Amino acid sequence: MDTTMKELPSKPINKKARLIHWLIALVTVAIVVWSCTGINFGGIKATAGQIAGAIFSGIFHPDWSYVYNGSGEDLISQLWQTLCIAFLGTFISAIISLPFAFGAAHTKHKKWYTSRIGKIVLAIIRSFPEIVLALMFIKAVGPGSAAGVLALGFHSVGMLAKLFSEAIENLEDGPNDAIRAVGGSKIHVIMFSILPNLMPALISNTLYRFDVSVRSASILGLVGAGGIGYPLIIALQYRQWNRVGVILLGIIAMVVVIDWISGMIRKKLV
Amino acid sequence: MTDSAIEPMIELRNVKKVYDKKVVGLKKVNLTINKGEFVVVVGLSGAGKSTLLRSINRLIDVTEGDILIDGKSITKARGKKLRLLRRNIGMIFQNFNLVKRSSVLRNVLAGRVAYYPTWKTIFNLFTKEDKERAYEALKQVDLADKVYARADELSGGQQQRVAIARVLMQNPKVILADEPTASLDPQTSLKVMEDLKMLNEKHGMTVIANLHSVELARKFGQRVIGIRAGEIIYDGKMSATPESVFTKIYNGGEDND
Amino acid sequence: MTDDSLTQLPKKRFKIINLIWLIVLIAGLFISINVTNTHISVLLENFSQFSDIFVQMANPDWSYFPTVIPLLLETIKMAVLGTIIGSALAFVYSLLIARNIIKNKLVTGVLRFIMNIIRTIPDLLLGAIFVAIVGIGPVAGILALSVFTFGVVVKLFYEAIETIDPGPIEAMTAVGANKLQIICFAILPQVMTYFISYSLYAFEINVRASTVLGYIGAGGIGLYLQQTLQVFDYAKTGTIILVIIVVVVLIDYISSKSREALMK
Repeated sequence: MDTTMKELPSKPINKKARLIHWLIALVTVAIVVWSCTGINFGGIKATAGQIAGAIFSGIFHPDWSYVYNGSGEDLISQLWQTLCIAFLGTFISAIISLPFAFGAAHTKHKKWYTSRIGKIVLAIIRSFPEIVLALMFIKAVGPGSAAGVLALGFHSVGMLAKLFSEAIENLEDGPNDAIRAVGGSKIHVIMFSILPNLMPALISNTLYRFDVSVRSASILGLVGAGGIGYPLIIALQYRQWNRVGVILLGIIAMVVVIDWISGMIRKKLV
Repeated sequence: MTDSAIEPMIELRNVKKVYDKKVVGLKKVNLTINKGEFVVVVGLSGAGKSTLLRSINRLIDVTEGDILIDGKSITKARGKKLRLLRRNIGMIFQNFNLVKRSSVLRNVLAGRVAYYPTWKTIFNLFTKEDKERAYEALKQVDLADKVYARADELSGGQQQRVAIARVLMQNPKVILADEPTASLDPQTSLKVMEDLKMLNEKHGMTVIANLHSVELARKFGQRVIGIRAGEIIYDGKMSATPESVFTKIYNGGEDND
Repeated sequence: MTDDSLTQLPKKRFKIINLIWLIVLIAGLFISINVTNTHISVLLENFSQFSDIFVQMANPDWSYFPTVIPLLLETIKMAVLGTIIGSALAFVYSLLIARNIIKNKLVTGVLRFIMNIIRTIPDLLLGAIFVAIVGIGPVAGILALSVFTFGVVVKLFYEAIETIDPGPIEAMTAVGANKLQIICFAILPQVMTYFISYSLYAFEINVRASTVLGYIGAGGIGLYLQQTLQVFDYAKTGTIILVIIVVVVLIDYISSKSREALMK
């Protein structure tokens, strides 16, 4: 090879980009360091390892008797309740979400602030803790699954309406214009153009939300709004590790099956 | 044209490749390529040109047979031995295969990673000499001014020449070129082929190129190998090969050779 | 073309499958209404109670505000640490289950199976379990969030790794690079922005979750939720909820904008 090696020019430095990168890095490190302060890491129970082991073995030696005993309080019934809560809640949520979605979607024909406000409203609904909503509904309709359904139904609007509004925004204008061109009114546009074109996205997003709702429904049980969360926390408190194990297995099985079915349906839709 | 010392650089012995127990990629191939040759491989798409080339550096594993690189079996090599053998084989691809988000310099330096212990390459600790070498390589392909540009800012032809610079960094004995000009316009294709010719004549590297353009093949190849349906159906000096041979290779069908 | 007189519009082929789905849907509705005892009448009867509470919450107790700040900060700390730990583990794990990195289908199969199992447990349930293991406090929350983040990020990240351009991987293999070098030179440059984006996304979810983890004792502001609700002090609850909403919306906004800028 050539022995006359010329000098490699030094790397050109983009001062502004460098500054921004260093700033971001600094801020991130600062946040992480700050996060480690003030947390009592030493507060771990001495029995932690033992309990973890117990739960683990509880998973491998589950309390099979809990799976089904006809009392209505068993694993299968509770899981079924959880599913029903998720189903009904998602359905209600889908209905309520549609008008919100139309409100929040940013299309050519709207003023800039309408959809902005809509999106902020949805963000607020999404941030309202589901647990608190469940507790409020428990006060209204008593503890049990109904509270869970309502809490889920209202809270999911935040996410579902957002997904719907994005689907609406992704619609092409063409078909809408066509309806308008033949003299259709706004209602006609919605019925003949928007809704049919939106259907696959609506169903797909609702199914996705159902997936998430199944998980949410299991959580709501923790505060007494029905579903498998309640037996789990009772079993944890009473240290019935075998029961904890079988409940976890049940939850895993339920979620896996629902994920799989939902995924299959959504694939067929696309 | 170099009168190559008859020293085998690449030998394929009874090489066979079957995909998924059904599709035959290569049927019983025996081939010897000597040091310093500039070989072009021609044939229809799917005939097996790519399979042949990629078995040489084991990007594809053959089902049967042995392949020797400068006397050492690459089919039997594993782990570090395999990587050391690959170090001596440079390859350029139809789609350039540069890392688009990385700089041209980093792409070229990547050609040298097999010369370094792993940890050094992870922390980007290439030696100053190597960085100079990379710069020099870019100068040889006329791209010195793009050394710090991001790879995806370059045109197709420029990217391919960066790939050639990367090959230079390896300082290999063999260069494999898999349809290097298929994505390029005629003018840039010529430039790339001329770069390969320069590497062959000036640095003595053995070049094997798959070409779909008969024109380029005739212009640059010293030796031509025709492949059809996984078999070598022609092998001869380019100067002694009439046009009719090419017609036969590309026509497939009933002609027996 | 034959010039047939206008024939009747052919009958649209009746899709049985759509009818079946409709029946399933309606049956599902009936069943779930019964199982969950959700009768509209019940809601309408007690709606006044519900709105009562809501109104009380809408009048937040501002003096309570300074009290909640420390736990609010703890909430954010939990989310940060949970995200960092979970993402770091996810980073390594994803590299192990991407089929374009590890060719051994048994290894990737088993590891994916384990990941899928971990992913099924919702965040708050993980919180309850860790509270049982390590006791009450933010450590339980951090552990729960780490496991949850792990599940979320691994799935997203390994899918991103598997969809990258295989060309550079080929080129690096041809040059004689070993697995680590291939990952470093050919894979990471293509996927790093995705990884950061997914971690930010996980952070968003974690902040949301950590605000409630305290309710079951896993640290953070949720503790005050539990306390104030227990004594029916809805005005204070309102303060907490307001703070939560503001923080979550803010962090969501920052995170989304950052992710947008990243992907450009």
